[in-house]
Amino acid sequence: MISDWQPTASLENMKLRARILAEIRGFFSACDVMEVETPLLSLAGATDPYLDSLTSHYQGPLFPAGQTVYLQTSPEFAMKRLLAAGSGSIYQICKAFRNGEAGRQHNPEFTMLEWYRPGFDHHVLMDEVEALIAVILKTAPARRLTYHDLFAEYVGLDPFDLSVEDACACLQARNIILPDMADAMIDDWLSLIMTHVIEPAFGVEPVFVYDFPASQAMLARVADAQPPVAQRFELYINGMELANGFYELADAAEQQRRFEADLQLRQQLGLPEIGMSHALIAALESGLPDCAGVALGVDRLLMLVAGAENIAEVLAFPLDSS
Amino acid sequence: MATYSTNEFKSGLKIMIENDPCTIVENEFVKPGKGQAFSRVKIRNLKTGRVVERTFKSGESVEAADVMDTDMQYLYNDGEFWHFMLPDTFEQYAATEEAVSDAKQWIKGEEICVVTLWNDVPLAVAPPNFVDLTVSETDPGLRGDTSGGGGKPATLETGAVVRVPLFINIGEVLRIDTRVGDYVSRAKD
Repeated sequence: MISDWQPTASLENMKLRARILAEIRGFFSACDVMEVETPLLSLAGATDPYLDSLTSHYQGPLFPAGQTVYLQTSPEFAMKRLLAAGSGSIYQICKAFRNGEAGRQHNPEFTMLEWYRPGFDHHVLMDEVEALIAVILKTAPARRLTYHDLFAEYVGLDPFDLSVEDACACLQARNIILPDMADAMIDDWLSLIMTHVIEPAFGVEPVFVYDFPASQAMLARVADAQPPVAQRFELYINGMELANGFYELADAAEQQRRFEADLQLRQQLGLPEIGMSHALIAALESGLPDCAGVALGVDRLLMLVAGAENIAEVLAFPLDSS
Repeated sequence: MATYSTNEFKSGLKIMIENDPCTIVENEFVKPGKGQAFSRVKIRNLKTGRVVERTFKSGESVEAADVMDTDMQYLYNDGEFWHFMLPDTFEQYAATEEAVSDAKQWIKGEEICVVTLWNDVPLAVAPPNFVDLTVSETDPGLRGDTSGGGGKPATLETGAVVRVPLFINIGEVLRIDTRVGDYVSRAKD
């Protein structure tokens, strides 16, 4: 019988983690990217309606009346403030936290590698991501295709001109029984097709998907194309989403508008109110260098290296045994 | 009415889907980079045995199925129903042929079976893992053959047919593994 106190990761996988962290640090040291640390605990939370921040409570000097503090969902805002302050290229390996996310590929606390490259756009950054994973995973050259071409190739649909009927038919044709989708937005349908049909069809070769619908821009720039596309990418290996990168939005007014739209959607969905990061807006106003940034899930990278089916196999202590 | 949220989903959980009791076979948490989370679930319909895949929104609630596994003693078959009894209360339950489906060929009476009750009605019956049954028909035994190699069919008192070693004779009591339908040995007593 396995006792409760023992780690869920094998010693071999713990050694793999140590090796991969060293390889990542070696990679960035060789390209002269500076390692930084920013707080895990913050006064501002993530406004994204689909990210649920874990909160804690601080009371003492600085906040004698007590203060709600958020565990970061990613180090993005803090790292952008460093960039605006003139840091140059930076990377960070840190913990990120997301409430409500647990499963085969999720633990509420996970390790994230995030880096920013002034002077890069999302295409140049994809090159660098590919170079990094080639070092660690010895992967074959990656495929790159736009979100548009991805849907055309895998399901024969145009994601920029998708009707609910077509989305429904696409999923039903694959015997996928759906919940009530009456209040679904078109992005909900797209992400259902993505997660239920396209991702499982991906093979072991790395796939970069880029130029997303503008409605999924998050913190990426939107290119003035017809239709407009969000200049961001996602990397998939073995059907698992491994990284998400942006040609970073630098326009403070547009950032403010997106925060406000997030907060409005949060209100509509009955989600907790979250204060937007005014510090980020101020940093953008003072000037964010032209840059691209990407976040990569280190635990998932480790799963791929170790051939693990479950994230618990690469974590010393997942939440339920922590 | 009891319900389960998707956060409570795990294999073995009994839920109602389109008015049929079902059991969760597999549950996968799906969270796209941008967008809401889903539970992608494989579900076995306990009435039909069919397995289907279904997607739920994270946090959605589903009606719990009032399904309970109970140990009951098999009493008799009246030609239409198979009758079972709770040993401690003597309360009796009648199971349809559908419910006893595979189990009926292994039970002759007095065995303790696992009866799955749904809304207090037998939905499925699992026989004991091992049963002892008498051979009612088989080719004559071959004296001296104790190897068990080859084998021959034997009809048991319940009508079930199993492969047995050549040395087995009519009237002998055999131990059968009902999970695979295989002869194990001669019964000990």
